Amino acid sequence: MVNKQGQTRLSRYYEHVELHKRTLLEAEVIKNCLSRSKYQCSFIEYKDFKLVYRQYAALFIVVGINETENEMAVYELIHNFVEVLDKYFSRVSELDIMFNLDRVHIILDEMVLNGCIVETNRSRILAPLLVLDKMAET
Amino acid sequence: MRGLAVFISDIRNCKSKEAEIKRINKELANIRSKFKGDKALDGYSKKKYVCKLLFIFLLGHDIDFGHMEAVNLLSSNRYTEKQIGYLFISVLVNSNSELIRLINNAIKNDLASRNPIFMGLALHCIANVGSREMAEAFAGEIPKILVAGDTMDSVKQSAALCLLRLYRTSPDLVPMGDWTSRVVHLLNDQHLGVVTAATSLITTLAQKNPEEFKTSVSLAVSRLSRIVTSASTDLQDYTYYFVPAPWLSVKLLRLLQCYPPPDPAVRGRLTECLETILNKAQEPPKSKKVQHSNAKNAVLFEAISLIIHHDSEPNLLVRACNQLGQFLQHRETNLRYLALESMCTLASSEFSHEAVKTHIETVINALKTERDVSVRQRAVDLLYAMCDRSNAQQIVAEMLNYLETADYSIREEIVLKVAILAEKYAVDYTWDDVQGYAAKTVFEALQAPACHENLVKVGGYILGEFGNLIAGDPRSSPLIQFNLLHSKFHLCSVPTRALLLSTYIKFVNLFPEIKTTIQDVLRSDSQLKNADVELQQRAVEYLRLSTIASTDILATVLEEMPPFPERESSILAKLKKKKGPSTVTDLEEIKKERSSDMNGSAEPTPVNASNVSTPSPSADLLGLGAVPLTNSAPAPSSSGSLLVDVFSDSSSVAAPLAPGSEDNFASSSDLASSEVVSEEPADAVHDADELIHKFICKNNGVLFENQLLQIGLKSEFRQNLGRMFIFYGNKTSTQFLNFTPTTKPVDPIVDGGAQVQQVVNIECISDFMDAPILNIQFRYGGTLQNLSVKLPITLNKFFQPTEMSSQDFFQRWKQLSSPKQEVQNIFKAKHPMDTEITKAKIIGFGSALLEEVDPNPANFVGAGIIHTKTIQIGCLLRLEPNLQAQMYRLTLRTSKEAVSQRLCELLSEQF
Repeated sequence: MVNKQGQTRLSRYYEHVELHKRTLLEAEVIKNCLSRSKYQCSFIEYKDFKLVYRQYAALFIVVGINETENEMAVYELIHNFVEVLDKYFSRVSELDIMFNLDRVHIILDEMVLNGCIVETNRSRILAPLLVLDKMAET
Repeated sequence: MRGLAVFISDIRNCKSKEAEIKRINKELANIRSKFKGDKALDGYSKKKYVCKLLFIFLLGHDIDFGHMEAVNLLSSNRYTEKQIGYLFISVLVNSNSELIRLINNAIKNDLASRNPIFMGLALHCIANVGSREMAEAFAGEIPKILVAGDTMDSVKQSAALCLLRLYRTSPDLVPMGDWTSRVVHLLNDQHLGVVTAATSLITTLAQKNPEEFKTSVSLAVSRLSRIVTSASTDLQDYTYYFVPAPWLSVKLLRLLQCYPPPDPAVRGRLTECLETILNKAQEPPKSKKVQHSNAKNAVLFEAISLIIHHDSEPNLLVRACNQLGQFLQHRETNLRYLALESMCTLASSEFSHEAVKTHIETVINALKTERDVSVRQRAVDLLYAMCDRSNAQQIVAEMLNYLETADYSIREEIVLKVAILAEKYAVDYTWDDVQGYAAKTVFEALQAPACHENLVKVGGYILGEFGNLIAGDPRSSPLIQFNLLHSKFHLCSVPTRALLLSTYIKFVNLFPEIKTTIQDVLRSDSQLKNADVELQQRAVEYLRLSTIASTDILATVLEEMPPFPERESSILAKLKKKKGPSTVTDLEEIKKERSSDMNGSAEPTPVNASNVSTPSPSADLLGLGAVPLTNSAPAPSSSGSLLVDVFSDSSSVAAPLAPGSEDNFASSSDLASSEVVSEEPADAVHDADELIHKFICKNNGVLFENQLLQIGLKSEFRQNLGRMFIFYGNKTSTQFLNFTPTTKPVDPIVDGGAQVQQVVNIECISDFMDAPILNIQFRYGGTLQNLSVKLPITLNKFFQPTEMSSQDFFQRWKQLSSPKQEVQNIFKAKHPMDTEITKAKIIGFGSALLEEVDPNPANFVGAGIIHTKTIQIGCLLRLEPNLQAQMYRLTLRTSKEAVSQRLCELLSEQF
């Protein structure tokens, strides 16, 4: 998740990438996305993989996939993820993501593990987090 | 968490990178002291600090502490603490960490805890970190958890993907066993989340062990059937905008693509499923929301992939093609893109090839009107895939049309495709026509004042073989052909010169009348005593051969080259290489499958669309980019292959950048300690004028070279515009990091031995003196390298030659006679005063060389126009050699003093 200023708000790697390479990679990826107009498709061929991206206000969510994935399914998975965030944070904003990095990580881990979809059902995705919140309250 | 909020706000308010780093370092010191402090931190504080560290890590800063604290959190009994510990580890710890043993210990305890939440956390951690040590510790345990009857659904989901990870990391540690059949039955699980996770696992396992998992086919089909026929509300939370379980459907369809079409019974059921999916896509939408149609289309595209993969149901294939055809004009760019991509694979099926062809006009239209280059690229791919004998002419014509305006990123690919299609379908030509045509065309192209070295190569080869076919025309008589080629000789690199020498000896056979001229050339010191051993040897051998051999022997030895052996087209190989290795196998396989094709070899080789990628900016145009970099290195075995096929990747072409292939690379291993590292940046600029002089009369070559880096150039200019390809070659075996030329960004990492290319567009706004400077920074073995080189962009590059008669010339010469318009320089010759070389240099300089204009035939005169954005400046020049005194007098007359001055300076350096 990167905003329009190119600041990464969340990154998750399912293959090991050196830290210094991550910053460069992220910068290049967002540059690719920002340079596109609304007339262009949401899929960008980038190096050996494809970027699928979706923009929500000033925030881009970009997923790098290889040829084993279905572009449209990933494109819609992004939306499902955003809807889950929206449900949990009730009207999610970039600030929610920044201030609750751990929460966002938990949500993502419930949906995608090791690069594969685990769960798409919203209430089941949020269940562990709600338990956690309840415990934190007590 | 107020502290976290304050910290994040602070970071956001930082005005500069320095301020940000300062603030981060302060925070890191603070957290470090808290972790090291005596006071035990409460759960809340730990969580706060870990969140801060995650945020700092996200900003690109390495976190080198806190790992132990995180590991300690793992053994906490509180969910919140344990959770934050696992989060820290799965985000921040890489698989080589020394802490893995401790982490493994904690995981083992949590797996044994029978607490589903703790088990879930532990499994997530394995799935995300997935090191070899973890595989060793848990590969036996995970399958048991996965198939145990009493395991909770959520734990099963995590366990499935965890096992997938371990199988990918260490397949040897995950042997197939009793559990495999039980895993397959997870496809029947009533919980769709479990089925989703299991399908990913099974798909990967089935690819490697198809036999063990073949029962998954019928299970997947019945599962899919239940999903697609369910009412849109049946699956409750797994229904996404009225589409039942779209992601699971996609996964099941993907799994089925691991296998050939199933047995008839299952096959009927599957066909029904696929028909239902196709039908549903045609139904009026159940929701106006785009999510609804996106999810539906995701399933549709996957179903079509499977139909194409099976390639056995003509009805389905044609239906798929028609439905994709509707998308070609859809207002959603995403759909147009995906439809073109899918159709590309459909074109390779004999059942749907004709159906795809009916969309040709739409696709051609897409090529012309699409605003998105990636969509246009897909359109090019599709045209290529649908091309056959019936439409080759139209498609090639459209591609050539498009080429003129195509984006640079895809031009090369288009050229290659056109070449392949032409090679394949141009059956009407008789060979003699083609050979004569080729000779004539290349002869004409060689007339251009400055031609690319590759053209000289191609020209040398073709004229050497078939020059006789055009020799009857007095305009291309043997001597003219020879002189034309030889006028380029001195400006060419060694491999090209070697090739030209072979052309000359071929001429001796083709044209006995110019034998003595050629022998004179071969006999000259510059050939017989050439410092390059390959050139010298050729000169000696060819001279001797031409002297002692009888006409018959010559005719036998120098016979026309036999037709190239039947083998894979080198152009095709080039295209495949661009597409990456994965496609190569695809093409190969498809080719094999198609070998029994109805049309013989007429079928176009399909390109698997899903693997097609835009060439990265570093991709070398035609792979010939390395040619100008070829320095005076000997090219031992190269000459033969260059003769045979100029497009092939002969080793010599690539050799200069292969580490260790040359003596000057020998020292690359101890570079780190050599003085190159501390090279003063100023030095490079200082010497640069000499470098620039090298490029005044030519456009290609090595601009700069030290022990680390070689910079090569290829450039072309037209009127006031230019384009320069800059090739950065890493001569070492180590990566360059943060590689940043000031021109524009390139891939910041340049691997050892690799070459990065960039294209720079140039515009001449007005006349100028100074060449632009290229600054390059990169990190090599920890040291920052700084380099500045002048780019050889000089005023004369914007010359357009002008032909004129003697009368016109002197009339204009007189008109430009005011002292401010004329600049003259008398100087000593720095090089041998060779007429042919001088001519070539004047042409290379950019002006026209006007023959028979000056009353004194020893003099050279030239004329041309310098194009700038604002004005055009007519230029006349005259060079008068004085052989006795070894001096030249150069006179430049233009309408602008500064231009006369600059051109005179530049050209004077050349002689």
